[in-house]
Amino acid sequence: MGNVKVLLRNPRREVELQGPLSVIALLNRFSLQREAVLVVRNGTLVPGDATLADQDEVEIRPVISGGSDRGAPRVEGVCSP
Amino acid sequence: MKCQVCRGPAVIDVRRHNANFCAEHFLRLCRDQVERAIAAFDMIHPGERALVAVSGGKDSLAVWDLLVGLGYEADGLYLGLGIGEYSDESGRYARHFAAERNLHLREVDLREEYGYDVPTAARATKRAPCSACGLSKRHLFDACAREGNYDVVVTGHNLDDEAAVLFGNVLRWQMEYIGRQWPVLPGGDGFPRKAKPLVRLSERETAAYCILSGIDYQVEECPMADGNRHLGYKAALNSIEESSPGSKHDFYFRFLDRAAGLFREQAGAGLEGLGACIRCGAPTPTEVCGFCRLVDRASAAEPVELIPRPRRRG
Repeated sequence: MGNVKVLLRNPRREVELQGPLSVIALLNRFSLQREAVLVVRNGTLVPGDATLADQDEVEIRPVISGGSDRGAPRVEGVCSP
Repeated sequence: MKCQVCRGPAVIDVRRHNANFCAEHFLRLCRDQVERAIAAFDMIHPGERALVAVSGGKDSLAVWDLLVGLGYEADGLYLGLGIGEYSDESGRYARHFAAERNLHLREVDLREEYGYDVPTAARATKRAPCSACGLSKRHLFDACAREGNYDVVVTGHNLDDEAAVLFGNVLRWQMEYIGRQWPVLPGGDGFPRKAKPLVRLSERETAAYCILSGIDYQVEECPMADGNRHLGYKAALNSIEESSPGSKHDFYFRFLDRAAGLFREQAGAGLEGLGACIRCGAPTPTEVCGFCRLVDRASAAEPVELIPRPRRRG
């Protein structure tokens, strides 16, 4: 019988954990903020109270995009942020 | 968990609304929030043409999908930034999305058309990569909108983006930036109108919208954004959100309601006396605009070779 297979990103890697465990417990295990990720099980979104079982394939998908100078003025040459 | 609308099985919990939703009712929530933002801030009028700034990421593809779903005429504009494999992959997502829906995607490749890419521009100008990238994007989105006679440029900035920018600007009390922060910037003086219809949706919600709508997008983070200070602001705000759901929304929308008007006077700083760039005609306070100066320096520089990041498994 297999464990819960978990795909993490940035960097991309896979780990196996023993089930059953809740989505919240999974996120706590990796010290992840709930607002910063979604959990996808076997291709479907799952909410925080879902229980993950052995043989589930789970992706923890980060949702935070980074690069930005968003606050910069709309006119080039005025100033740099 | 059950959907608060139909009591069917929920697929997502949205703590700031203290509610859970099934796929159908979550997608409806997203459409309603975008419709509400467009109406509340007078972003796009019936019959207008929108140009969506498309990166291949979740936010830009979500906003394009939502606008088309709401009946707006919207084309996409993808900029090839030349950030190695990341840009190659992002372009594929953008093209695939447009082709699947029979939408029109315009493309501009910085290297092919202007002789530089973002990594080279960052090194040549000693700017942060996000700054060189942002300058290029702002200039080219404006220019393409003018040339294509679009009424409005639409970007995928979401609630987290806007709250993080506000947080950063308040930390340093950058009055003129705070004064300009609004979900829509009016057109004029050679600038097209700019609108951010996703301001009522969080980053997690736009990602969920894509997954539930079957939109494939670039999940990997831009390799040049490592260490970007906005990532730190977002993490700080999410820590607060964790213990106090709704904080990001309140921080941003209460600013719009109660404080933004107090900074309007400073918003115009640096915008007086704009002329046309003698090279490209773009509005600028100097003889040659910042974009043309960037092109001069970056296109003359030796191209930067990006080393592909290994994909780790284990």
